[in-house]
Amino acid sequence: MNRTLGQRLLVALPYLWLLVLFLAPFLIVLKISLSDLAVSRPPYTPQLDLSEGWSGLRAFFAELDFENYTFLAEDSLYINAYLSSLKIAGISTLITLLIGYAIAYALARAPRRWRPTLVMLVILPFWTSFLIRVYAWIGILKTEGLLNQMLLSIGLIGEPLHIMNTTTAVYIGIVYSYLPFMILPIYATLEKMDESLLEAAADLGSSRFATFVLVTLPLSLPGIVAGCFLVFIPAIGEFVIPDLLGGSETLMIGKTLWVEFFSNRDWPLASAVATLLLLLLIIPIVLFQRQQMKQEIGT
Amino acid sequence: MKFGSIFAGLAFAGVATAALAQEKVVNVYNWSDYIDESILEDFTKETGIDVRYDVFDSNELLETKMLAGGSGYDVVVPTGTFLSRQIEAGAFQKLDKSKLPHMGNMWDAIAARTAPYDPGNAYSINYMWGTTGIGYNVGKVREILGDDAPVDSLALIFDPANAEKLSECGIHILDAPTEIIPAALKYLGEDPNSHDPDVIAGTEDVLMGMRPHVQKFHSSEYINALANGDICVAFGWSGDVLQARDRAAEADNGVEIAYAIPSEGALMWFDQMAIPTDAPNPEAAHLFLDFIMRAYVMAKASNYVYYANGNKASQGLLEADVIGDPAIYPDAATLENLYSVTAYPPKVNRKVTRLWTKVKTGQ
Repeated sequence: MNRTLGQRLLVALPYLWLLVLFLAPFLIVLKISLSDLAVSRPPYTPQLDLSEGWSGLRAFFAELDFENYTFLAEDSLYINAYLSSLKIAGISTLITLLIGYAIAYALARAPRRWRPTLVMLVILPFWTSFLIRVYAWIGILKTEGLLNQMLLSIGLIGEPLHIMNTTTAVYIGIVYSYLPFMILPIYATLEKMDESLLEAAADLGSSRFATFVLVTLPLSLPGIVAGCFLVFIPAIGEFVIPDLLGGSETLMIGKTLWVEFFSNRDWPLASAVATLLLLLLIIPIVLFQRQQMKQEIGT
Repeated sequence: MKFGSIFAGLAFAGVATAALAQEKVVNVYNWSDYIDESILEDFTKETGIDVRYDVFDSNELLETKMLAGGSGYDVVVPTGTFLSRQIEAGAFQKLDKSKLPHMGNMWDAIAARTAPYDPGNAYSINYMWGTTGIGYNVGKVREILGDDAPVDSLALIFDPANAEKLSECGIHILDAPTEIIPAALKYLGEDPNSHDPDVIAGTEDVLMGMRPHVQKFHSSEYINALANGDICVAFGWSGDVLQARDRAAEADNGVEIAYAIPSEGALMWFDQMAIPTDAPNPEAAHLFLDFIMRAYVMAKASNYVYYANGNKASQGLLEADVIGDPAIYPDAATLENLYSVTAYPPKVNRKVTRLWTKVKTGQ
């Protein structure tokens, strides 16, 4: 196939984008993760000094080591923070999926003329800043907040619930914030679905439940997977929600990274945490993509 | 050639703004809610220099910008312990005192206390200072612990018997190990400024005993939480607690907040104005510092934010509820009882923050 220069450039553009905005910053972070803490500006050593030529470059590489990574392995804090983040992100994704699927299903089954409005309503909260929406939850969840006042006034509870500053509040915050990212991809797959398949299933004597499990669910799988990734990946590294809604016992890797970077001023260690987090996330994504590719070739 | 001309245009614009900045703008980075903004207008009126004013709410954030370099700020306001480490890292330039004729207004007693952070006060001037102590909801604490509640003692939060009872209405603690660990050391009768890792490790029992009763470790939320009556005790900064007191009074919500300096002694901290090494406009920065050191300017600032300042000449111009409030300007005996701490070396600092993570998360 003969591609013109223009076509080649067009293909190169996304790669260039990745190179400049992803690979280059990642290499800088990786480099810092191999250096040592120092009282200087910036606060690590060695620093790349190109004016000294090759010998300077060799001396620079000689000083890099994996000390920070061994430190991460020695203290159980980091592994626990990773696991705790995985757990919080996993459970949140599951809850988001259950709620999101129900909403997406309802959207896709709504009368056609209503759908644009309903989709609009899902997207509408994005018009308000994310930070303000999370702050609003403080007003709802706090001990003397709206939720407790309402439950107390209708007599459902005897004394206020302590939800604010607990991990439960973090779950609520994550599920609320990421719900649209789950709804939209699932809705997209459900909406495109050929309804004659459902009619065929019904004609052949399948119950509505069996049709859902055997036809609708498998066909919406790409949407489910896309939605889960869109929720799970940002939720793992989430910092704002646990910081504002979580309590002191909420351990998440995003907060641990913040402490290393800002409180300990240990840029090298913080970079090591960030690098590992990225690798841990990239591996499942790559595996998933391979699986998808195989499936596509297979069909 | 089109791109070339665009670049040339950009370069020209860059030079033009740089030249403009040289004459007309001073970039100030200060704590949030920490100045009477009319001071900035007065400065512009008098000098013709515009003030670009940004705010931060934690020393860590400021320090990260200073250590990364190229922040673009001309005047920044770190706290003493952070200042000393940033001076060591080469983040600040020495002040040209010939350009600061109002230096004579400064209070020698405060200058002597800031000298451990900035020897000879060569790099900084004091802006405000205050104490770290106990803010409490007068009604609720009395209701729970009785009339003789030890509100002016560290035992209020460090003695689990008290903390457990108070936890039902809520305790907030500053998320700042460099403030809480010295207080725990003081409570144990140790030197609050100890840098000995073993002595510091000795505070673990006290802090872990307090931990289950703390609702949140945070450095700014307690202002609103106290004022709204959501919590009953906060270990926090004097001026912030006084702001909560005033907000509660204004809201007239039946919440009465008071501030107590612990009788065991309290941490005295200093927010210092300094000029970054790579400040784009050090000339304007010096003019700004000199303007701030004028007696009436500093008095205006303290009257607004309810913190004491390091300016002796301004004291005659302070309002009675500022200079006369022992929570802001402690009497001589209390002042004697205040201690200061210095920055931890990196290795000790890591131990301190690791201990703090354990206190916060239980891990």
